Amino acid sequence: MADSTGKGRGRSPEPRTTKTAMGATHDVQNFDVDSDEDKSALEEFFAPVAGFGVTMASLFRPVVTEQYPFEKKPTAPRYHGRHQLNRHPDGLEKCIGCELCAWACPADAIYVEAGNNTPDAQYAPGERYGKVYQINYLRCIFCGLCIEACPTRALTMTNDYELADTTREKMIFEKDQLLAPLRSGMLSAPHPMVEGTTDGDYYRGAVTGPTAEQVDWVREHRPEDPSLESAADPGRAQGGKR
Amino acid sequence: MGLEDKLPAGFMLGKVEDLVGWVRSSSMWPVTMGLACCAIEMMATGTSRFDISRFGMEVFRASPRQADLMIVSGRLSHKMAPVIRSVYDQMSDPKWVISMGVCASSGGMFNNYAIVQGVDHVLPVDVYLPGCPPRPEMLINAILELHEQVVKQEPLGANRAEVRAKVEAAALEATPTHQMKGLLA
Repeated sequence: MADSTGKGRGRSPEPRTTKTAMGATHDVQNFDVDSDEDKSALEEFFAPVAGFGVTMASLFRPVVTEQYPFEKKPTAPRYHGRHQLNRHPDGLEKCIGCELCAWACPADAIYVEAGNNTPDAQYAPGERYGKVYQINYLRCIFCGLCIEACPTRALTMTNDYELADTTREKMIFEKDQLLAPLRSGMLSAPHPMVEGTTDGDYYRGAVTGPTAEQVDWVREHRPEDPSLESAADPGRAQGGKR
Repeated sequence: MGLEDKLPAGFMLGKVEDLVGWVRSSSMWPVTMGLACCAIEMMATGTSRFDISRFGMEVFRASPRQADLMIVSGRLSHKMAPVIRSVYDQMSDPKWVISMGVCASSGGMFNNYAIVQGVDHVLPVDVYLPGCPPRPEMLINAILELHEQVVKQEPLGANRAEVRAKVEAAALEATPTHQMKGLLA
């Protein structure tokens, strides 16, 4: 470095050189980390502009900003969003009120109270159903341990993340907010299980939809039920046990 | 506060309220109040990918005097509580608070002696935002929720006095947060 004065740059005075113990020479006084000495005149001329190069080049790159509230980008497919309580294909609830989700929850965000199914009010296959189901979204950390704990796959997570609200009370979601909406062809609970099935058949996926007996039962007990229309549609292949 | 407080209640004040609410919501500067990991997402909200300057709030003020909005992002320890309160008190009116993340909103999974179980024990919170941490879109959603509130219900003058009296009466009736049971605790 110190010996390279031959290029005759003339900007700095004669560099003072010293010899170190190792024998190498060093420029002590005018040590310049970004020395331009090996640059051509053109490069040197454009050096101050180079800093703006990044800025200039960025002008022609695509914009990275997501216009969030106007254009929503989809989340990852397995994003941990708001919970959902699922239903069997005939409309009975999958939740059996076992409280394993509440046990698994590290933040104590879930409260479950089980109720007994009766012949008059059968909400889920088997003996019991989740009578009260609350999730406190001001405690929930969306870790998904409740989903892992659920033995009937009743509790899953959606990709919905817009949850902000104004009071603590509104952030406790009740069962009616968490329960999955009835798909077309489902019959809203309560109604009896499909004839001749056990809860095991439901879990194995043997039940594919509401049967005529179930539709009749609901028509008798709740003639105003809005889900009757699609469940009793004659054009639809009737469900039952597979 | 100013001239708008002298206006009589009625049509005129209603129109001024609309205008003032719109103006206030369009340039709301947040104070830097990052307390834990949620602050990372809050900073991400300011980056070019999410870009909260689209809503006129690009500058995170380090000085509470120049800020309108406090985004409490992260768990609030008991030791930090008086600090956050004094920062809030130094902010000039009108001011708003977003409680970002479950820890700030209710203590979250940290139900222990060190953490204040929700910043609403020390601050009046306008919008609660769940998530651990909430993604930047969720924060923007909460901010827009707050903007909506500010545009819709920003009473001035005589209307403000009336609303304040009602809020005060309701607060005296309400159960204090520390006495709430169950999931609200």
